[in-house]
Amino acid sequence: MSIFLDENSKVIVQGMTGSEGMKHSQRMLDSGTNIVGGVNPRKAGQSVAFEGGAEVPVFGSVAEAMEATGANVSVVFVPPKFAKAAAIEAIDAAIELLVIITEGIPVKDAAEFFNYSQAKGTTRIIGPNCPGLISPGRSNAGITPSNITGAGKLGLVSKSGTLTYQMMYELADIGFTTAIGIGGDPVIGTTHIDALEAFENDPDTAGIVMIGEIGGDAEERAAEYIKAHVTKPVVGYVAGFTAPEGKTMGHAGAIVSGSAGTAQAKKEALEAAGVKVGKTPTETADLMREIIKGQA
Amino acid sequence: MDLYEYQARDLFEKHGVPVLGGVVAEDPAAAKAGAEKLGTPVVVVKAQVKTGGRGKAGGVKIAKSPEEAEQKASEILGMDIKGHTVQRVMIAAGADIVEEYYFSLLLDRANRNYLAMCSVEGGVEIEQLAVERPEALARVAVDPNVGIDEAKAAEIVQAANFDEETAHKVAPVLVKLWDVYKNEDASLVEVNPLVKTGEGDIVALDGKITIDENAGFRHEDHAELVDVTSEDPLETKAKALDLNYVKLDGQVGIIGNGAGLVMSTLDVVAYAGEKHSVKPANFLDIGGGASAEVMANGLDVILGDEQVSAVFVNVFGGITACDAVANGIVGALKKLGDAATKQLVVRLDGNNVEEGRQILADFAHPLVTQADTMDGGAAKVAELAAAGK
Repeated sequence: MSIFLDENSKVIVQGMTGSEGMKHSQRMLDSGTNIVGGVNPRKAGQSVAFEGGAEVPVFGSVAEAMEATGANVSVVFVPPKFAKAAAIEAIDAAIELLVIITEGIPVKDAAEFFNYSQAKGTTRIIGPNCPGLISPGRSNAGITPSNITGAGKLGLVSKSGTLTYQMMYELADIGFTTAIGIGGDPVIGTTHIDALEAFENDPDTAGIVMIGEIGGDAEERAAEYIKAHVTKPVVGYVAGFTAPEGKTMGHAGAIVSGSAGTAQAKKEALEAAGVKVGKTPTETADLMREIIKGQA
Repeated sequence: MDLYEYQARDLFEKHGVPVLGGVVAEDPAAAKAGAEKLGTPVVVVKAQVKTGGRGKAGGVKIAKSPEEAEQKASEILGMDIKGHTVQRVMIAAGADIVEEYYFSLLLDRANRNYLAMCSVEGGVEIEQLAVERPEALARVAVDPNVGIDEAKAAEIVQAANFDEETAHKVAPVLVKLWDVYKNEDASLVEVNPLVKTGEGDIVALDGKITIDENAGFRHEDHAELVDVTSEDPLETKAKALDLNYVKLDGQVGIIGNGAGLVMSTLDVVAYAGEKHSVKPANFLDIGGGASAEVMANGLDVILGDEQVSAVFVNVFGGITACDAVANGIVGALKKLGDAATKQLVVRLDGNNVEEGRQILADFAHPLVTQADTMDGGAAKVAELAAAGK
């Protein structure tokens, strides 16, 4: 099993005909994702031929694409200016899973479409500003490289894309049910807690790697959740111990404000919840490997 | 981006929030002219710095004549307040303050909506009030798709326990402050204090606004709010090159791809550097597509930092292939020529790693050392940086 995304997922791509959309649609197809359509009102009725023989139709709207193909997942590559409209369109069409890769969306727009989706109650949003999620060997919705590792028994949830890749690489010998990048923006749709809950309920996931970084208190809240609800082993890693106060470190949400949002506080909260926290990504991977070895 | 008080005042005025007259001055003569222009019997000369506690530091002074304003401005300009040099003062019209209140509206990351906070006990350190007397600080959730309309404003002033007469005057100001928040793409609007004057008017006396730089595409005027003079020159240079760079105080230059991996690289280098007494010098994320040009620009900025004695390039090839990154490094070193003088430790992993490592091996540049792992590279660069200090 996997979480949120599996071999039955039918994926459409909003912004497929743009350069990023084309590049990553090709990569998703190459990694076995069932892409059933693209969305672009100006190119509706056309189709796009990808390498490997896939001929993907373009629809005028998310609703039309869902109607015609039975799609249940949409991956969004549209630029920040148009991302809110794209998200609202997908939410209105009641897509089950909406993966927003776009970086640089104003936080007001994200707050608005997230609350809109909550009111509707039919769409799970992942991101924005994320790599998406991959269930190796089943499906890949987003930009995660599919050749790092294959299917296995670990779950991974991370705010960072490249740290997701690094950690998948470090633990390539064990493999993953699903690796999910939830995004580095201040307002994101799916949280650490949502992913932890899903991994806890997934029978094939034997251990969970949780990667956090400075800013906000999502890791602290996840620690409380783990203490109360997660029975599977969790190891953690937190980035940003050396980040100065008041500076945004690449991700819009990665900022220490006063004494709030520090890596130290997050590490301490996780450790207090019984989570082993590695000092480096490699050490974190080693901690998880030891646990899995002990289970065998 | 945090704004200065005078910038916040101007945005308040633009959206109809009641404020008093205020003129910004960069020298004492302009302060005098500003006080004359305001024409009120009393003015307040206020240091413009993006930090709290300026009153206690002597950065706010009352003046009863334009000459006195000039004198006070000369005392305040150039003053150091918590590491911030005062480059401007605001000459503000004096106010007859009867009561002081507090209001803020901010992004609530945990609940993914907005949070309004309001108190009839303003003018104090609000963090202190929140800890010592949390019941005195009303906290009301605001739906981003609704905002502060009349009903929400009424709810906030009621929760804050304003008397009825004052509540009727404060509520419309809160609606205007919502206009500021929404229409300027703010993530924080704070008024402390919001005051009632002797005439019974409600006025925003001091304000703080944080605006979302990601919304810059719909606010061309926000570019003017950036204070280039207070930025680190290397950060300004990096920004002009479209690089995501933060200057730190250390000896090991850092280049990586992806914000999380770069933050992690900083930590791993700091950890490895403990026994060599070296620290990371910067954060620099070159993003997914590390072309030769981007790599050269990044190296150029980092090598311009005199404190840097060695550089760590840490790349995990996810979307980008390592051979492209290696070619980027080779191209950068060729482009920089003799300008490249610092030791470079390069760790490549991921997509096409063998090809990438081979390219660097064939290039055989005397300044480049390859590392197999992130931790190994951090240990090596810390050692080289300590030797090169």
